[in-house]
Amino acid sequence: MALNKNQQLLSKIATNDRHGENSPYFDGWKAYDKNPYHPIDNREGVIQMGLAENQLCFDLIQKWIRGNPKASICTAEGVHEFKNIAIFQDYHGFKEFRQAVANFMGKARGGRVTFDPDRIVMSGGATGANETVMFCLANPGDAFLVPSPCYPAFDRDCGWRTGVQLIPVNCDSSNNFLITKAALEAAYERAQQDNINVKGLILANPSNPLGTVLDRDTLRSLVSFINEKKIHLVSDEIYAASVFSTPSFVSVSEIIEEMECDRDLIHIVYSLSKDMGLPGFRIGIVYSYNDAVVNCGRKMSSFGLVSSQTQHLLASMLSDDEFVDNFLKENSERLAKRHSLFTKGLEKVGITCLKSNAGLFVWMDLRRLLKEQTLESEMTLWRVIINEVKLNVSPGSSFHCSEPGWFRVCFANMDDVTVEVALERIRVFVEKQQVKNVTVEVALERIRVFVEKQQVKSKRKFQSNLKLSFTSRKYDESVMSPHMMSPRSPLVQART
Amino acid sequence: MTRPRPRTPESESETRNPTGGGATAMRLIVPLQGVVQGRGGLILGSLIPCALFYFFQLYLKRHRSPKPGSNPTSPSQSSSNLSDLQRSSSRSNLSSRGSIGPVQVSSRASSIAKPNDSPYYIGLDRVSGDPYDRLDNPNGIIQLGLSENRLCFDLIEKWLSENTKDSVMGRDGADLSIGGIAPYQPSDGLMEFKVAMAGFMSQVMGRAVSFDPSQMVLTAGATPALEILCFCLADPGNAFLVPTPYYPGFDRDMRWRTGVELIPVHCRSTDNFIISITALDQAFNQTRKRGIKVRGILISNPSNPVGNLLPRETLYNLLDFAREKNIHIVSDEIFAGSMYGSEEFVSMAEILDMEDIDKNRIHIVYGLSKDLALPGFRVGVIYSFNESVLVAAKKLTRFSSISAPTQRLLISMVSDTRFIQEYIETNKKRIREMHDLFVEGLKQLGIKCAQSCAGLYCWADMSGLISFYSEKGELELWDKLLNIAKINVTPGSACHCIEPGWFRCCFTTLSQEDVVIVIERIRKVAETCKISS
Repeated sequence: MALNKNQQLLSKIATNDRHGENSPYFDGWKAYDKNPYHPIDNREGVIQMGLAENQLCFDLIQKWIRGNPKASICTAEGVHEFKNIAIFQDYHGFKEFRQAVANFMGKARGGRVTFDPDRIVMSGGATGANETVMFCLANPGDAFLVPSPCYPAFDRDCGWRTGVQLIPVNCDSSNNFLITKAALEAAYERAQQDNINVKGLILANPSNPLGTVLDRDTLRSLVSFINEKKIHLVSDEIYAASVFSTPSFVSVSEIIEEMECDRDLIHIVYSLSKDMGLPGFRIGIVYSYNDAVVNCGRKMSSFGLVSSQTQHLLASMLSDDEFVDNFLKENSERLAKRHSLFTKGLEKVGITCLKSNAGLFVWMDLRRLLKEQTLESEMTLWRVIINEVKLNVSPGSSFHCSEPGWFRVCFANMDDVTVEVALERIRVFVEKQQVKNVTVEVALERIRVFVEKQQVKSKRKFQSNLKLSFTSRKYDESVMSPHMMSPRSPLVQART
Repeated sequence: MTRPRPRTPESESETRNPTGGGATAMRLIVPLQGVVQGRGGLILGSLIPCALFYFFQLYLKRHRSPKPGSNPTSPSQSSSNLSDLQRSSSRSNLSSRGSIGPVQVSSRASSIAKPNDSPYYIGLDRVSGDPYDRLDNPNGIIQLGLSENRLCFDLIEKWLSENTKDSVMGRDGADLSIGGIAPYQPSDGLMEFKVAMAGFMSQVMGRAVSFDPSQMVLTAGATPALEILCFCLADPGNAFLVPTPYYPGFDRDMRWRTGVELIPVHCRSTDNFIISITALDQAFNQTRKRGIKVRGILISNPSNPVGNLLPRETLYNLLDFAREKNIHIVSDEIFAGSMYGSEEFVSMAEILDMEDIDKNRIHIVYGLSKDLALPGFRVGVIYSFNESVLVAAKKLTRFSSISAPTQRLLISMVSDTRFIQEYIETNKKRIREMHDLFVEGLKQLGIKCAQSCAGLYCWADMSGLISFYSEKGELELWDKLLNIAKINVTPGSACHCIEPGWFRCCFTTLSQEDVVIVIERIRKVAETCKISS
């Protein structure tokens, strides 16, 4: 049979584009895969800064695993437990595992809330957890509101197989990307008008890609919003323990303790991929306050069950209070150090980031390097960064950011030396941009000097000459406007 | 479709209620109709009572759900016992949700009531509540409903202790380190593991079949492997033809979230439950007549629950049929290595090795849960010849990847061909011993089993023990076996078998002493059945 005939035999899911891997976010990964940086073997390669992975505390985990050979069951010390572990395929998961995860989730929220192990539902990573929640809450064609910029793979995780659509709620830099009730209302109203059934609101807190945490007031307004509309709130809190400075993280689980709220509407997604830096272990958790969702999600666990060997290993690791406490402390200290190293390095070359205190990335502001304030211009700049600067960063457009010029840069998946290499590349790039502009700048400077002289002359002549000063200002504006849309132009800052 | 699903007592009382209300309404309406008809003519006379009747029913419906047992004041209370997975929990949960306001969860979530309706799941839940243990709980329920193999753990433990490592990361200074397990790995499985699995599969299939690791996608168990294939091959509303009796889990794996239908194609005991192309053709045409698109055939070979093998000839016929109708074949070969008979097992892959045509429509599912007895480790395989399916399936594995430490642990074990050879042979021998013992025990009670040569179970014909030759009779016996004999077997109706009285009994979780106890327990029930009938 001809191949194209066979293509027709496939489902829409197999042939449509909703996996999202054709977006620039994944293009950057492909560029990295083709030519990955290596400090010795491939020093000109692309540095991966598009992957939110935490490798800063591997040594701690490695030490623990070596120190506790019993836990991995494939060792002489652990082999007698092999039989019971290997046969275990209950989708509830080991009781010890659920208990340990519940404890860890509490600790990751500063011990201010406790979690019920019987509500811990396993899933294949946060990817699987988000999908499970969607399968449980919405029918094909229903919609979820998502404050944007948002995690690029939400589309795939929440929509690909479930048929659920995501409606962005645009946030922008004018108020530091805060989610306002007005914006939510507007998006909700619009969806209503388009006859779309909005089933809920999904968001990441701490935010990916912003690296910020939601403040208490915002959270309260979100909870009251979803309560008024009787829609669900899915809070993706996979970076809960990756908060490294003040303000501290507030989980939705704390908010619902403080205010009136229909708990059936609240669902938390968690994972050990970010906070423990263990994405290879594929631990995703759905924690729902809704019994029907727990019940249904648990049955869906069969499609993304965590290996019993891995459950056993983690149950022992996470029950080791001393280890966990030390790990959480050390992890946030190391993240803080890395964040400061990276952002200070950027500041030196005049690049600022949105002020952040969480996550494994920064939200870098390159608006002043755009030729025009458009998304096309953002893509042009992004291609230059990938192909010439050889850094795989992710453009704001792939996070559905409506404002061009923002980029997410991950900083925790590499060692200090690589960070320095990346910073050096950025410095060279920014300087090159300045050299390109240097003729303009020199010309500008000369003009300014000329104009000043003229002003002095005319002042002397006529004491006050409004006409001349007016034209000079007009002249200034017309020369500088293409590069000076924002007050933080490279021309201004680079001089200091 | 097949016979109607068994009703739980709760649902019966629920359905009885509205008819009771209807009768009262009729008593009220009939005289009323007479009054109206006398004066207002026929139209008015029938319209008004009809409307009244309608509203009255609506009123009854609204006020019905709190009545049968569930507590109206605290609707969420009834569903709070999450660990308690009794048959009605999901259902009462849903009806109570309906009564407090708009249904808020998805209809997919609502359909959770369905899988748990099946005696297969009810039985499994009952065992987990009261499991038999020779010392601690000798009166507990003995599990014969789960096809799990516990016969060869000593071999694996021995291998582990001889090939011991310091941890999953290997010895100090070895290539493997935390960097090999902690970070993101390819979601469709590590290449080393695929290579090892390809070798293992060739070894298990026992003949000169080679598997190409690049045609392989690894998933967290055969369950997601089947679902992913289904997502790739069919759209919601499309259908797969499935020879019956079939594995009860197919309904969950293939239908639940995909919205795909499974159309049973009935096989008969007179053919030893081997699929006939005529029946297949008939089912295909009937389905098409209903306006449903058939996208493929799903077979399990060796068959679960019967334990027989598809003859080479049948495989060729299936291929011809699939080609003629232009549909896919999904072949679930998860028991390929759990053979105890002398017949040869022929994999779909072997047929395709020889026939160099039309490979695009064949997809094989495999896993380590049965043949290596590691269900907890969640290793499933999609082996496909269709490039587009592989590409899509790889992306879909993001939702169900295998944990990296587990993959690392298994790579060296599965690649040790000498160990694997020894394991396969010993395993077959031990399954055969258990099979012979169990089947002989049943035979002495006058219970015959279908001819079989693979799997971890036998397919027993207990139709002689049922009081009515129907599903009802079968479920009565199942209930007796579960509650009186305290053994959990899977009734044929859960496998969509058209002939009543067949039961699947898994014997590889038992010890030889347990078999004696099981046979003794069945004997007691069998005797009461014979007396009463």
